[in-house]
Amino acid sequence: MSAWRRARLVRRQEQSRTGRTLLFDVPQWPGHLAGQHVDVRLSADDGYQAIRSYSLAAPTEGDGIELGVQTVPGGEVSPYLARDLPVGADVEVRGPLGGWFVWRPEQRESVLLVAGGCGIVPLMAMIRAHRLERSTAPMRLVYSVRDPAQVWYRDELAGGAAGATVPRIVYTRRAPPGSSRPPGHISAHDLQTPEEAGASPALCFVCGPTGFVEHAAEVLTGIGHDPSRIRTERFG
Amino acid sequence: MSITPGFQGRSHRFEGRLPPGQYPTESFPVLSAGPTPHIRAEDWSFTVTTEGGGTHRWDWEEMMALPQEDVTVDIHCVTRWSKFDTAWRGVSLDAFLSGVESAADFAVVHGEGGYTTNMPLEDLQEGKAWLVHTYDGFDLSPEHGGPVRLLVPHLYFWKSAKWVNGLRLTLQDEPGFWESVGYHNYGDPWREQRAWSD
Repeated sequence: MSAWRRARLVRRQEQSRTGRTLLFDVPQWPGHLAGQHVDVRLSADDGYQAIRSYSLAAPTEGDGIELGVQTVPGGEVSPYLARDLPVGADVEVRGPLGGWFVWRPEQRESVLLVAGGCGIVPLMAMIRAHRLERSTAPMRLVYSVRDPAQVWYRDELAGGAAGATVPRIVYTRRAPPGSSRPPGHISAHDLQTPEEAGASPALCFVCGPTGFVEHAAEVLTGIGHDPSRIRTERFG
Repeated sequence: MSITPGFQGRSHRFEGRLPPGQYPTESFPVLSAGPTPHIRAEDWSFTVTTEGGGTHRWDWEEMMALPQEDVTVDIHCVTRWSKFDTAWRGVSLDAFLSGVESAADFAVVHGEGGYTTNMPLEDLQEGKAWLVHTYDGFDLSPEHGGPVRLLVPHLYFWKSAKWVNGLRLTLQDEPGFWESVGYHNYGDPWREQRAWSD
């Protein structure tokens, strides 16, 4: 089995009311690909251990790794990580893990990222890797959230982080004042730009809760995306 | 092991039934590599192909005419959730394999959309595996692999291919979809065979 490594919490950042990103320092971190995840292990003082998987939110940068944690009400691990683990304390991590839901900088085809809620986390790693590598592959983000308070990485995304295009944010319950799109689930119109109709098919990455992924993937196949070009990852 | 300050666990009560590194869940998470295919029962079929190229095929009605079994088992996903006492109804793989002449030691299971997963043939025999069409008394839903999925509860659940439509018998072992991108070739949850390096 590959080794568990000590990971020290360096910084915790609020992303939404229940979402946090945690930056850890992991000595001799071997590096990872955008879209991969790690296992996190917590140990109680009686020897009991709990392990959960969390997505990496940023490309490799030295020994630092950033994880996205969405608090699960009544959860055994996520509330502890989101609220209680002190800065400077250690957990253990193992990874990187996952070889399918990944974007590599040498990929040239256009990419459509579709995020629901905290499903933005592994896709944010792809957006950041794309920017870091100065990739010219077209990359577009459609991000579905319940209301404006649920948008993770608000400032970074507003700054045009997702390639040359501003991400499209879809509000399902409550849109910000002045929004021209009424609140509602993601639609074909949200996922397709006029200039993409008939163009070479994009590689799609869809990540979010199961109901969201089921719906978004069906809309994508409905507007002609080849199912074999749609990769999915589900939370919860 | 380093102690995580202030962390209190609470899953101790499942010792002996929970494989190492797993946690119990009451929900039923969905994990798949791509979109969910929607397959009608009347369009479904299951084909066993031998190493010599011979085929045996069952459609929905032919499967339902085989002896049906009710199975209650614990299942274990490599992403670390385990679910206890899941209740399924379906047909033992022994019923499909009984009339098949083969010298193969390995099987590659095929699912809709090109998904494959491999295992020794003996892991599908002698009451260890089923094709299931009912979960908890209801038709198996598409996101859980309906109309028919494989159930191999003694291995990690990625081996229990969703939307199963075929079984190919082979003389040589051939890694399947997840096995080719880093998952363990066998996948015994009690030995924590998660990745190539395990």
